[in-house]
Amino acid sequence: MKRSKNTSSLLSKELVAPALAQSFVKLDPRMMYRNPVMFTVEIGTTIMLFITAYSYSANDKSVGNFGYNLTIFTVLFLTLLFANFAEAIAEARGKAQADSLRKTREDTPAKKVSAVGEIFTNEIHIVPSSKLRKGDMFICEAGDIIPMDGEIIQGLATIDESAITGESAPVIREAGGDKSSVTGGTKVLSDKIKVRVTTEPGESFLDKMIALVEGASRQKTPNEIALTILLASFTLLFIIVCVTLKPFADYANTTITIAAFISLFVCLIPTTIGGLLSAIGIAGMDRALRANVITKSGKAVETAGDIDTLLLDKTGTITIGNRKATHFWPAKNIDSKTFVEACVLASLADETPEGKSIIELANINGASFNTRDAKFVGFTAETRSSGIDMPNGIRIRKGAFDSIRNIVVRAGNSIPSETELKVKEIASNGGTPLVVSQNQQAIGVIELQDIIKPGIQERFERLRKMGVKTVMVTGDNPLTAKYIAEKAGVDDYIAEAKPEDKMNYIKKEQAGGKLVAMMGDGTNDAPALAQADVGVAMNSGTQAAKEAGNMVDLDNDPTKLIEIVEIGKQLLITRGTITTFSIANDVAKYFAIVPALFISSIPALQALNIMHLKSPESAILSAVIFNAIIIPLLIPLSLRGVAYRPIGASALLRRNLMIYGVGGVIAPFIGIKIIDMILGLFF
Amino acid sequence: MKKYISPSLRLTLVLIVLLAVIYPLLIAAIGKLTPGGGDGERIVVNAKVVGYANVGQKFSDDKYFQGRPSAVDYNAAGSGASNKGATNPDYLKTVQDRIDTFLVHNPGIRKEQIPVELVTASGSGLDPDLSPLAAKVQVKRIAALRHIDENKLNELIDQQTKKPLLGLFGPATVNVLKLNIALDASKK
Amino acid sequence: MNTEITGIVVSFLLTVLLAFPLGKYIAKVFNGDRTFTDFMNPLERFIFRLSGIDPNKKMNWKEFLKAMLTINLVWFVYAFFMLLYQDKLPLNPDGNPGQTPDLSFNTAISFLVNCNLQHYSGETGVTYLTQTLVLMFLQFVSAATGIAALIGLLNGIKEKTTNNLGNFWKIFVKTITRILIPLCIIMAVIMAFNGSPTSYKGKDTITTYQGDTVSVSRGPVAGFVAIKHLGTNGGGWFGTNSAHPLENPNYLTNMVEIIAQVLIPVAMLFAMGFYIRRKKFAYVVFGVMTIGMLCLLIPTVVTELNGNPEIAKMGIAQPTGAMEGKEVRFGPAASAYWSIVTTIISTGSVNSFHDSSMPVSGAMQLLGMMVNAFYGGCGVGFLNYYIYIIIAVFISGLMVGRTPEFMGHKVEAREVKIAALVTLLSAFLIKGGVALAAYFVAHHPDIAWAVKPSAWLNNPGYHGFSEMLYEFTSANANNGSGFEGLGDNNTFWNVSTGFVLILARFIPIIGPIAIGGILANKKYIPESAGTLKTDSLTFGVMTFAVIVIITALSFFPALTLGPLAEYFQIGR
Repeated sequence: MKRSKNTSSLLSKELVAPALAQSFVKLDPRMMYRNPVMFTVEIGTTIMLFITAYSYSANDKSVGNFGYNLTIFTVLFLTLLFANFAEAIAEARGKAQADSLRKTREDTPAKKVSAVGEIFTNEIHIVPSSKLRKGDMFICEAGDIIPMDGEIIQGLATIDESAITGESAPVIREAGGDKSSVTGGTKVLSDKIKVRVTTEPGESFLDKMIALVEGASRQKTPNEIALTILLASFTLLFIIVCVTLKPFADYANTTITIAAFISLFVCLIPTTIGGLLSAIGIAGMDRALRANVITKSGKAVETAGDIDTLLLDKTGTITIGNRKATHFWPAKNIDSKTFVEACVLASLADETPEGKSIIELANINGASFNTRDAKFVGFTAETRSSGIDMPNGIRIRKGAFDSIRNIVVRAGNSIPSETELKVKEIASNGGTPLVVSQNQQAIGVIELQDIIKPGIQERFERLRKMGVKTVMVTGDNPLTAKYIAEKAGVDDYIAEAKPEDKMNYIKKEQAGGKLVAMMGDGTNDAPALAQADVGVAMNSGTQAAKEAGNMVDLDNDPTKLIEIVEIGKQLLITRGTITTFSIANDVAKYFAIVPALFISSIPALQALNIMHLKSPESAILSAVIFNAIIIPLLIPLSLRGVAYRPIGASALLRRNLMIYGVGGVIAPFIGIKIIDMILGLFF
Repeated sequence: MKKYISPSLRLTLVLIVLLAVIYPLLIAAIGKLTPGGGDGERIVVNAKVVGYANVGQKFSDDKYFQGRPSAVDYNAAGSGASNKGATNPDYLKTVQDRIDTFLVHNPGIRKEQIPVELVTASGSGLDPDLSPLAAKVQVKRIAALRHIDENKLNELIDQQTKKPLLGLFGPATVNVLKLNIALDASKK
Repeated sequence: MNTEITGIVVSFLLTVLLAFPLGKYIAKVFNGDRTFTDFMNPLERFIFRLSGIDPNKKMNWKEFLKAMLTINLVWFVYAFFMLLYQDKLPLNPDGNPGQTPDLSFNTAISFLVNCNLQHYSGETGVTYLTQTLVLMFLQFVSAATGIAALIGLLNGIKEKTTNNLGNFWKIFVKTITRILIPLCIIMAVIMAFNGSPTSYKGKDTITTYQGDTVSVSRGPVAGFVAIKHLGTNGGGWFGTNSAHPLENPNYLTNMVEIIAQVLIPVAMLFAMGFYIRRKKFAYVVFGVMTIGMLCLLIPTVVTELNGNPEIAKMGIAQPTGAMEGKEVRFGPAASAYWSIVTTIISTGSVNSFHDSSMPVSGAMQLLGMMVNAFYGGCGVGFLNYYIYIIIAVFISGLMVGRTPEFMGHKVEAREVKIAALVTLLSAFLIKGGVALAAYFVAHHPDIAWAVKPSAWLNNPGYHGFSEMLYEFTSANANNGSGFEGLGDNNTFWNVSTGFVLILARFIPIIGPIAIGGILANKKYIPESAGTLKTDSLTFGVMTFAVIVIITALSFFPALTLGPLAEYFQIGR
């Protein structure tokens, strides 16, 4: 997996400059009103601007002195800029990430061909990739960069996808089947393919993702909307608090300046989360992109955090690739060396991974055998065995137990009972037995085993602690499936799985109210991908699969689902913790500002000034400054996200409540006091 | 809404009969069996009703034990508290006046002996009780005026003291009316 | 331990001891299980037949609310006109006058909404007819309305997915016949045998021992006091409520009344545990509420027992603590305990006068009403708590990395909107009301009204501010107690608190039921290890934190200018 891109610093120079510019552009009220919390700050700042101007021109004591008003105005204005900057930098990072992916495919010359005919006879026009439209055909040969996303309709090629995935090993893509997709920007290493363009320019998934990150078409997710409502209602609450404070103060014969009112208001409303909310959302999608996952909507990331059930393919996710030979079990009276040699002979022509693994295990150089006149017998659906007929008349076959038994029994021989026992033993251990016969006599068994990926048990344990149920999907028989499921630590399995089984399983889980995620690549996965709440299509998969899912994994890595769930949870946790922090902050701000407002007329309230702030003016100013600088201080956290720990919901809540709730109460007391002390040096 | 109006009206009528007519009449019937017959417990001295056992009344004569200050002057037609806040300067002045008055009427009593209940108004304005301490602080005065032994008066108060509920819960109290009746009775 | 402290400790323990079996019984009643009160069945059937009600018709949340609101409207109209014309109606032995329209408006609403603010005085403002046929009737039905609303909500929580909240009429009538009437009869008998009058005889004129002629107000008090407390109503028969010696004759009745008012609110929590089969959830809620109560109670008891520092300065003895506005037979501990339970559970009856409480106690009483969910009123206490839960669920759900859910249903924008609205409402009504009143006092003290704003306040300065704050807080909490020094029987207070009362009653009922109804309609999500456990101690703490923060944020400035300023002033 590619990690190099992820290490880029949070605030690199080339991102900061345009983000700063954007911070000012975003002051436009038409953009601002989408964020009710910050919009009210903008209104407050505007009023403060007028007050400042007024206090300069008129010598009216009731509005306070000009210098002080100007300072308050400046701090409020900075608060706005900080919030905008948070959003802008998140956007910039997301866009930079997407751009780096997109750059690779811009203006690549494409060898366009007419829509009908054979590969070799068509006339080729060189056109820029931007001219390609959906449905157009192009040809790529060794050394060409694929100009556009598409589907191979003819031929086969090895392709270097490292530009997208970071994986250096080339992959094979061919027409038909589930490995027919090619991605713009990747390089053909060998052979020649004919590709049909599947997307209009500007409509590729990457383009859609970039649009999601950019302000214009970014839609708030359902949870973001609900949180915005909650924050707006807190804002309203503080409007009530501040407006009613005026007659209260009148009753108490206290005059409160407009600057103090606006400061109180801005401090109290949840500006911290209000300013960071959209940055957190964008950063969530950005983190997905950094994991090389393109999300088609922000909602999908949010939903990922809620996933209850994960459907995982056995091969590639739980086990490494294919089965491997792990043991030779010669029958009684058969010399071990003879048996191994027989096995190797039978596998010499077997190009399947299993066949190769037998030779590997035997550790015998296949070339040492003289097989010049031997006849290799390939695997057919009819015989379901393969082997070799040696010139000396020795016939060796290997195959599944039933097929070899047929051969043996038909010749009038019988299978030794210990061989039969061994076959059963291997099957019940999750292995696959291959029986070997020599001249219609069973001479032993080869044990093939699935190799479970190292560390996968720990990952499933982690998922279980998150409350996510894992389901293994495999074509194996139930016995084998059960064994592997137990060994890998998954909660459930679907054996002898057909595509519709996945679909049915998803529907069953959903009927029980659960949210299901799955990964798929083939066309016949498409319905299930669409049905799943989070469907991750592999980039190598068919166009149908990619359309059906709501995420596309550029790495084609089946374990990615686990990461996606964590990214989703991280997004929600970051939102929750910063909201908590923001609201908890208000306690200290009250203790700073409320005594400051009334201390002149009610000296007894000095007792409430528990921070011992220097003067009412510096108390208010310290609170406003703290309120402003906490936003940039939390930008890194918002962009990186609060780490998810699978320690159980209650423990996690306790932890976050302690750090962000209790911490949120304490931090501003310290922060405001420090600022007040610093201000005390100047005034 | 319409289809709910008819059941609402009818249910209201039925429940008025059940809850506001039958229920209180049932309680009134049971009340006949209580000591006061449901009219409130009255105290009769010499065949004359002198008051309600639970309702405090005014004693202005220094020869009697006096109850607490009352915001309604013990007029049981109504009831009421002073509703004065703890820091109200006018109120504090009133309390100070009461202390001064008490000291004038009770020679030989020091300020720190005066229990607060004797200078603060009760909640109902009809508080029938005093704490034993508040009764005993008046003993010196009454003993002097009536020429009775102070110890005898203290004993009388002890006799009239109602112990906490089951001896466990709440304060001990002395009913001022009953104490004064007993005081007059003991004189004979 | 002194007998005053043992008195309140045992009162509380007895309450819990009685509430537990009662809760079990209530759950059985609404589950339709067999109970010993099944002999009421024929009576209930008779009531339904007379009223033309089909008790088995299912209701969704909108139908449920419509039935509830319609019958409440009928009661309001009935009560308003009865009070307005009470002087022309029978059973008026003391010859009391009819109420003015604004007072009648306020009184009718106040009793309709289980508040019982009582801007009149019982001895002179109402007649025996309106006391029983209107006020006592409303005390029954308003309590039953609250309980029925809670049962409706629980019906929604109980099922995985449903749109049936049960039949409002059936739940409502059963609340009266199976819970309120039996308990009231028991309590009324205890009251009667301890000296509360029960007859309909009018004022008695007697000559006192020292020879004054005095009238003594009486009436069928015992039955009234029973429902006043059991239904968390709080409206007294007499002007001084349960401080009056005929309404609360001795320490035993005081304990009975204290227990009675907390009984059903606590029992409803246990009932909830049994009814929705989530006992642990109920215990955690009970625990949080109890801790909340103790946080308010302990400072109050301590301050009251310590007495008034201003009086201490005069050099007299305060062996029994602060006594202004308190009765000797209860003492300051029981009075402090009462003042807290009556404010946290929206009874609003008093056995001492809160206006004369110490500033700290006043602050605690105000906080009790501002939160209004530590036990809370009959049924509605948990409805208020439910709103805090929804907000707590929303924030803490995010903190465990899932979109928020409560009892297997996703909490989304619509529910948050309703919950936020309900939360905002109390801040808006209380602070808006006080702001308006403060505005008149500060800027138009001598405006040409029947009672000038300058004459409203019985105490100057911060305490005067507290009086206004208390009145609107009490109205908003549907509590009914008051800093009674406030001159509140005039158009401004009658009308303004009237509107506060009605909004603060019905919106916090409609809100939770709507949320409950919407949630119940959603797909059920089974729990997993990643699900936020709402019955855990941690979530209980979270809810408590949400309550504290929301209350503090909403009311800190107001409390500062009232009781806190007064407190710090004494401290100097």
